[in-house]
Amino acid sequence: MHLKLSKNTEKDMSKNTELISKSLEKRHRSEKRFRFFGILGIGTAVIFLITILSSIFVEGKGAFKSTFIQLEINFDQEIIDPNKTNNPEEFKFANYKLLINDALKNYFPEVKDRKTFRDLSVFISSAAEQNLMKLAMENIEIIGESKKIWLLASSTIDVIHKNPQMENFLEEDRLINNIQMSWFNALKKNGDIKFGLNTNFLSNADSTEPEQAGILGSMLGSFFTLLVTLLLCFPVAVASGVFLEELAPKNKFTDFIEININNLAAVPSIIFGLLGLAIFLNVMHLPRSAPIVGGMVLALMTLPTIIISTRASLKAVPPSIREAAIGLGATKFQAVTHHVIPQSMPGILTGTIIGMSQALGESAPLLMIGMVAFIVDIPGSLTDSATVLPVQIYLWKSTAARGFVELTAAGIMVLLTFLVIMNSVAVFVRQKFEKKW
Amino acid sequence: MKETVKIKSKKLNVFYGEKKALSNINLEIPERKVTSLIGPSGCGKSTFLRCLNRMNDSIEICKVEGQIFVDEQNIYEKNLDPVLLRARIGMVFQKPNPFPKSIFENVAYGPKIHGLANSGDELNNLVEVSLKKAGLYDEVKDRIDEPGTSLSGGQQQRLCIARAIAVSPEVILMDEPCSALDPIATAKIEELIDELSKNYTIVIVTHSMQQAARVSNQTAFFHMGSLIEVGKTEDVFSMPKEKKTQDYITGKIG
Amino acid sequence: MGFWSFLIIFCFLSFYIHWYGTTKALKINEDITKGSKLPSLPSYYGTYSLLWLLLPSSIILICWFFFKPYIIDIFLKESIPLSLVDNFKGNPSMLMDTIKATNPEKIFPGTNPLIIDSAAYYQTLTTNSDSYVFLLVLVVGLISSLVSLRKVSTFFRARQAVEKANINLLIFCSVIAIITTIGIVFSLIFEAVRFFERVPFFDFLFGLAWSPQTAIREDQIASQGSFGAIPIFTGTLLITLVAMAVAIPVGLLSAIYLAEYARPTVRKTFKPILEILAGVPTVVYGFFAAITVGPFLKDFVSSLGLSMASESALAAGGVMGIMIIPFISSLSDDVITSVPTSLRDGSYAMGATKSETIKKVILPAALPGIVGAILLAISRAIGETMIVVMAAGIAANLTANPLEAVTTVTVQIVTLLVGDQEFDSAKTLAAFALGITLFFVTLLLNLYALKIVQKYRERYE
Repeated sequence: MHLKLSKNTEKDMSKNTELISKSLEKRHRSEKRFRFFGILGIGTAVIFLITILSSIFVEGKGAFKSTFIQLEINFDQEIIDPNKTNNPEEFKFANYKLLINDALKNYFPEVKDRKTFRDLSVFISSAAEQNLMKLAMENIEIIGESKKIWLLASSTIDVIHKNPQMENFLEEDRLINNIQMSWFNALKKNGDIKFGLNTNFLSNADSTEPEQAGILGSMLGSFFTLLVTLLLCFPVAVASGVFLEELAPKNKFTDFIEININNLAAVPSIIFGLLGLAIFLNVMHLPRSAPIVGGMVLALMTLPTIIISTRASLKAVPPSIREAAIGLGATKFQAVTHHVIPQSMPGILTGTIIGMSQALGESAPLLMIGMVAFIVDIPGSLTDSATVLPVQIYLWKSTAARGFVELTAAGIMVLLTFLVIMNSVAVFVRQKFEKKW
Repeated sequence: MKETVKIKSKKLNVFYGEKKALSNINLEIPERKVTSLIGPSGCGKSTFLRCLNRMNDSIEICKVEGQIFVDEQNIYEKNLDPVLLRARIGMVFQKPNPFPKSIFENVAYGPKIHGLANSGDELNNLVEVSLKKAGLYDEVKDRIDEPGTSLSGGQQQRLCIARAIAVSPEVILMDEPCSALDPIATAKIEELIDELSKNYTIVIVTHSMQQAARVSNQTAFFHMGSLIEVGKTEDVFSMPKEKKTQDYITGKIG
Repeated sequence: MGFWSFLIIFCFLSFYIHWYGTTKALKINEDITKGSKLPSLPSYYGTYSLLWLLLPSSIILICWFFFKPYIIDIFLKESIPLSLVDNFKGNPSMLMDTIKATNPEKIFPGTNPLIIDSAAYYQTLTTNSDSYVFLLVLVVGLISSLVSLRKVSTFFRARQAVEKANINLLIFCSVIAIITTIGIVFSLIFEAVRFFERVPFFDFLFGLAWSPQTAIREDQIASQGSFGAIPIFTGTLLITLVAMAVAIPVGLLSAIYLAEYARPTVRKTFKPILEILAGVPTVVYGFFAAITVGPFLKDFVSSLGLSMASESALAAGGVMGIMIIPFISSLSDDVITSVPTSLRDGSYAMGATKSETIKKVILPAALPGIVGAILLAISRAIGETMIVVMAAGIAANLTANPLEAVTTVTVQIVTLLVGDQEFDSAKTLAAFALGITLFFVTLLLNLYALKIVQKYRERYE
């Protein structure tokens, strides 16, 4: 049945078609515009992310190198070992600052009066004295000799060295005056100033001097705090997740628990800090600034996260597994502990790592329980005063000295590195071990 | 009987990724008649239907070869705008899918986006006419501002039909429009289809042979992605030419 | 007895009790003359006795952990000679801290000998009391587990008892969430009530001036602090508004693009990238706001001829908005993708373009879910601390100008509580009054938002 194709005849149909075709161009333009806005949204978010990360990198990359100044140090026996004991233990009491001052005076013989000299002596970090002491104690034969030694420069000089453009600043904006600038240039011309690796950053705790401050103390503080968090949080969260998902009867009480958990997950973190302050510190008199209290507060905060992810991964195990075990005569409890939990372990672990990485980045509640103190010692136990990585970053940011800015950014780089590692492990665990049902 | 052809497919092949869903379909659909597409599930009848208004475009892996002509125009031509095409070819789905808006807004949706009504009165009139055509007006005229989802299943489906005819399409495609409805609602829809066929070309996919026999003038039988047989409905059901058609309508395959 | 020796003895004891209970059960099973066997596997009897060792021990240890500092403080306070209290400059609690911080083996020259004595007493008190408690734990644990061993008989169903105990343990763990909530509410209310004894409730809630500097010591000259929280609330609101002005458009547009336009590969790449923003610690945002965004905006605004505070609401709020983007985008994305495909099909079949479908069908359908997402994000913004602590101001200005510095609830809590403070002053207690306000506001927002989202989910499932 071959028939002729029809021609559209009806009036309102063709009228509509005409109307629609006329408006089409405009509609397609608005379509393109809307799509562009979508791309713009994502683009903005991505640009924000890139800006944040790159600004941190730009600010922080300098912190991994320090400035060193080369001086000829005369290891004067009169100063180091006035009693001529030759016993290295005696060297501890010597005033090594004098050695440095003498070397500076020799380098810049034109500096005569005390006031000008004070400007010169700020060039060398006080940490250099410790280094000289160590050197003398380890090499007794050096006593009485002169030797060219690279000494750690002070933070001010370090900032000038890292920002050459500052030479052109006005004197009052520059941190150092014109005479100091000329000394700096003299050192530079003679090749007696150089960059070296900043070993203090990864091996020291906090300090008032930027060039001597390091991240190790707060890294250990974070470690101890997270250890407590993990030990408290993981068993409790898994137990509670298992109970709520697998064993709990459906009644008002379990509903109430559930509402509580969902809300706790959204309670501002600082509220947990207030809880810790009011109960752990003021009622129970637990030690201030201690990782154990910090860990307890963070455990309460992380609990809902891990409970929720535990429940999600338990839910992913198909009911057939439970039915099979119960069909063989196992109790519900045995079915869950022997079969369901092992199957959902990768998911639980992934959730735990993500919860821990949240806890690692958290700082507000810890401010409340005093983990914000200036702590020079590296903590060695759960009850020592300590601070954690993000709080250290906050502390450095709040410090006025110019040299701390790059330390702050470098501290952030360390923190982000840990977070990247933890999250990669979580992704790895998920992809490697998680079963698809 | 003198018939004109509204839609004509030529060597139509459709692929879902590697899988061939339709092969070499040549089918002519007469104007202002009801054509029903029958066949066992997965035979490609719905796929064919969705090719007619290019709804398959949104499926990433779906590839269409061949041509479909609507009024001498190939709708798979590069510069053809699917928006315009879909305004000319309405569609009603398996499950009633009224928008989460009022009954009025549901029917007014098409005229509004296409800019068919110049004034509020015109729009009101258009909605009223469409609802009347869909046989729904008397049931909903007092609650035209209530959400469309508050209607019963059969009413929702008629609302969707009213929504489709509000833009005065030339063709209405129906994809198993009664499969989610009870027998009474189904009967109403079937009556409506009969009524609508005076003005519109209707293509209906159905899994019910009785329905095909009741409502359609022409029936096409699909099996495994191929068009097995097409002809006047009474011919296909009373004296099928193909063995497979015979088997299907007697219940041997399905 | 030191901690480690205690631990070793305790572990040994645990293994022994478990083994003993199991063997005892095995022996009963072997004894054919008794006729019937035990109703549970022998090892359950061992576990049962072990539970009776662990339960009392852990209760005692946990109690001791929490109450030890308190008890020791009482003893220490009584032992301090009166002469020392009289001589000491400063208040008694500072004296206690000094004593605790003094190490009798490493004393600074010139330390009061009485303090050294007290410090030595404190040291012995801590170690000795630990030993006594450890001993007590061992004795009590041993007795209770031995008593439980007597129950091993054919009438006793050990497996049921063990499972019941385990389930009770699980219930206890679940209840910790409730305990935490109760703890939060009560600790906040308790301190807040003490605050409202000093400052009238309505003065706090509707007062227009906030300057919490009260005299810490009596000889100090300071004005009587005023505690009107309105400037703080408006400041919080202003920063939250700025944050939302950044986060809602960016987050919502991203979600729409990812859910409706993006090809699967694009979606798979950009979704996690957006979520990185949520994983960056807030202290990093704070640094970014204070060091990069603040100065940049200040330069930019002053180039326009306007003046801007360096700790402006704009910088803090804007950066907070960046942090909030992923909350809005990922929640809205979930909501948008859960709008049924049939609605999309219906709209496309009418000849609507993609953007018309999104604007006229999908967004209205998804609106409740999106509103829920935005409310959750607002609650997150109100409670956010580090960004504002680092980048917003401390002074409580009553202004609606985002170029000026304002302060927030969280900033005030931190400033009032960080540093050495006398805990009884209205100043520190004010932090708890702010805390409880923050808690209830966020709680209401969360409850409401979760309810909306839940209802929305049920509708399309």
